[in-house]
Amino acid sequence: MTEKLVVIGNGMASGRALEHLFESAPGRYQVTVFSAEPRVNYNRILLSPVLSGEKTFDEIVTHPEAWYDQHEVTLVRGQTITTIDRTRKIVETADGVVAPYDKLLIATGSSPIMIPVPGKDLPGVIAYRDLDDVDRMLAAAEKGGRAVVIGGGLLGLEAAAGLKMRGMDVTVIHLAATLMERQLDPAAGYLLEQEMRRRGIDVVTRANTKAIHGDGHVQALELEDGTRIDCDLVVMAVGIRPHAALAKSAGLDVNRGVVVDDRMLTSDPDILAVGECVEHRGQCYGLVAPLYEMAKVVAATLSNAEAEYTGSVTSTKLKVTGVDLFSAGDFAEAKDREEIVFRDAARGVYKRIVLKDNKILGAVLYGETSDGGYFFDLLRQEADVAADRDTLIFGRSFAGGAPLDPTAAVAALPDSAEICGCNGVCKGAIVEAIGAKGVTDLDGVRAHTKASASCGSCTGLVEQVLALTLGDAFEAKAVTPMCTCTDLSHADVRRLIVVRRLKSIPALMQELEWKSSCGCARCRPALNYYMIATWPDEAADDYRSRFVNERVHANIQKDGTYSVVPRMWGGVTTAAELRAIADVADKFAIPTVKVTGGQRIDLLGVRKEDLPAVWADLNDAGMVSGHAYAKGVRTVKTCVGTDWCRFGTQDSTGLGVKLEKAMWGSWTPAKVKMAVSGCPRNCAEATCKDFGVICTDAGYELHFAGAAGLDIKGTEVLCRVKTEQEAIDHGIALLQLYREQGFYLERIYKWAKRVGMDEIRRRIAEDETGRTALVERFLHSQKLFQTDPWAERVAGHDAHEFAPLVTIPAMEAAE
Amino acid sequence: MNAPATIRTTIGRIDDIPREGARMVRAGPMEIAIFRTVADEIYAIDNRCPHRGGPLSEGIVHGGFVTCPLHNWVIDLKTGLAQGADEGCVRTIATYVDADGRLSLDLPVSIAANVAA
Repeated sequence: MTEKLVVIGNGMASGRALEHLFESAPGRYQVTVFSAEPRVNYNRILLSPVLSGEKTFDEIVTHPEAWYDQHEVTLVRGQTITTIDRTRKIVETADGVVAPYDKLLIATGSSPIMIPVPGKDLPGVIAYRDLDDVDRMLAAAEKGGRAVVIGGGLLGLEAAAGLKMRGMDVTVIHLAATLMERQLDPAAGYLLEQEMRRRGIDVVTRANTKAIHGDGHVQALELEDGTRIDCDLVVMAVGIRPHAALAKSAGLDVNRGVVVDDRMLTSDPDILAVGECVEHRGQCYGLVAPLYEMAKVVAATLSNAEAEYTGSVTSTKLKVTGVDLFSAGDFAEAKDREEIVFRDAARGVYKRIVLKDNKILGAVLYGETSDGGYFFDLLRQEADVAADRDTLIFGRSFAGGAPLDPTAAVAALPDSAEICGCNGVCKGAIVEAIGAKGVTDLDGVRAHTKASASCGSCTGLVEQVLALTLGDAFEAKAVTPMCTCTDLSHADVRRLIVVRRLKSIPALMQELEWKSSCGCARCRPALNYYMIATWPDEAADDYRSRFVNERVHANIQKDGTYSVVPRMWGGVTTAAELRAIADVADKFAIPTVKVTGGQRIDLLGVRKEDLPAVWADLNDAGMVSGHAYAKGVRTVKTCVGTDWCRFGTQDSTGLGVKLEKAMWGSWTPAKVKMAVSGCPRNCAEATCKDFGVICTDAGYELHFAGAAGLDIKGTEVLCRVKTEQEAIDHGIALLQLYREQGFYLERIYKWAKRVGMDEIRRRIAEDETGRTALVERFLHSQKLFQTDPWAERVAGHDAHEFAPLVTIPAMEAAE
Repeated sequence: MNAPATIRTTIGRIDDIPREGARMVRAGPMEIAIFRTVADEIYAIDNRCPHRGGPLSEGIVHGGFVTCPLHNWVIDLKTGLAQGADEGCVRTIATYVDADGRLSLDLPVSIAANVAA
């Protein structure tokens, strides 16, 4: 019979322990996990990139729903265990849920320390611990104002940098004289403080908080010296305390944390503990690497294998983009210790190695951290460095005969060298996975070894190991870059435009380190679209980054002439319009007049110089640009509906005209074509459009994500609505969501496939508040962009586009 | 073989061309594309892509290159050479900008003679 394993806590430590257990003893336990948080397991050390906007929550999920299903783990969410009854071997939640166990794993983690000052319970005072805290910070950042972060340690500084990137003013209050004093010596702490100030973050050191003031919500923070800092948010990041109360109430041995032996057993042999709640040989840990080492031992003990945890030496990296900082071991000064220091003020580099008896005790690197892993290896191996002492500070590149090429540096590493600090994966393990498991890419390495699967800072190293082992068979492209001007993908760029508030193409190219001086014909039009779609009020449309069709508002043809398509709302025209079109065709000797697939009339073969005059005549007859040349809203095709058709159920023509009048003139990632059919016979062919409506007796069936071009694809049903206004609002919200998320040149059906049909249904059909906000954003943008580009150019805008600089006549025949 | 005789001919001012943009000069039977880069360098080449004759003056200008609007060939404005895997070359024409911003080209004698007219 399978034994029952109950796990209290759904964090990184217990998740990792279960992974190891399912590998070493599959099927042995029937597992139940109690999670206080209402979500699946995620990578807590990557909350900072989520806060700063550099990652999304989905990207940091470690165990999706499917994982729990696959291993038949019962996940009980949002339930806190209040009692462990060791005699009856059961646990019980606050709501009275009872679960029996054969083995119990306590992984209750830690709780943030809230310093006991007056006002600490005011709304607006929060900790930085889980996704809810991140959500609270994001909500506060949206309103702007000032945030005070109490605590200049690892977590506090990551929170400060994230809030700053989200647009808040930020002050960091720190008790000690320099930042991160537990991981950094004063010199490196000083450099870090300078970097924070350079980013516009105020830093107050030697500062003790006296009180937090506010009437119903935090308004100010007061320091012991009487200084008052007005603020709208206080984040406490002063440290963590092992969460051991439950274990204590069960009568287990508890000091600072739950006491465990080298096999991770508590004072009750059927109860194990793992993670930040644990105290092992007098030590409590708050970093991820020790937790993972403990998790391995937990799995071994649970499957009756021999394993011992003997404590961890830890190293630290700050996860703030652009700050290179590494520290490991012990670097306090003492009489029997020596130190080697290297400084380069111009480059902001500081390195210090602390030695005792020719062995490395600790290392601090700032500004240049590529040798962090090398020093950390020497430290853990307790290697004698006497022979290399003189050049040690210059790191591996010097020691190994200056391999400037990073691949050569990786090649020189021994198999025992640690590549992934978070998961303790050495080079040999990755090479073995590549050989034995047939791994050929980064995802494979992550799946089999966990290297690069946590904080990701070793991704480059892992790729080099792959390249070395596989040779030419390895292609490093983990993301598809936008173009050769950058390594960033469209997704990265769109996100960073928002997060870093990039509002012009030159600013973007500088901040995102474009590799070409002015971009290329692939990235520039994309960036211009992203700018005006993201910042309709602030970013200026850069016409030099537009393809010729969107500069001259007509379609270039193979012979350099243009085609002109006037707008016919919903495909409806009049005798007067047709007469005007005929007159224009005669007057300008336009060779071809053709009906398009979108129910419009196309005038083909117009000379560029004639365009403004052609438009002037069409404008005079009441017609505007049909945007047939645009990555924008093109046409709404309709059938005649209840006006004429004996089968018509609604006014499909009228709805088509209304949709087109609401949406025309907006720019989109790629062209958008729509249709409205008056009955399910679907004469307007609405079920292969980007957005389509099928009218029924009961109302309107809304469709999206169809295609009838390079690909053929029927639409998906978005939802059914009762009124015409709802149909229009849903269509607008869909268009705006696509405008905000789509990659340039990505049609709606491809975007929908990428983000998921259900996600789009949820955002448009189910989330009424979100839908309303989308509609508002669209209507706001339309106020700025819904103008007839033809009329503007008839009035003289961009006149240089339409005339030669100079015309020099040919020689007289007499010559 | 001698190059055809040319005359330096004023065709306008540098500010007639938008930065990172182009204008077209129609000179008898020829069409010439004049480019102004982001660094205010001026280049002139035939307004005809070596691929399928696309009007290069309508392309997006990036650095010292233009991308043809018809099929995205990239042409080096300095040398007239097609970039990347594409092979082809466009004729380049010498350009001059004087201290007052006047812009001139070396045009064949037969065409330049008509400028004053």
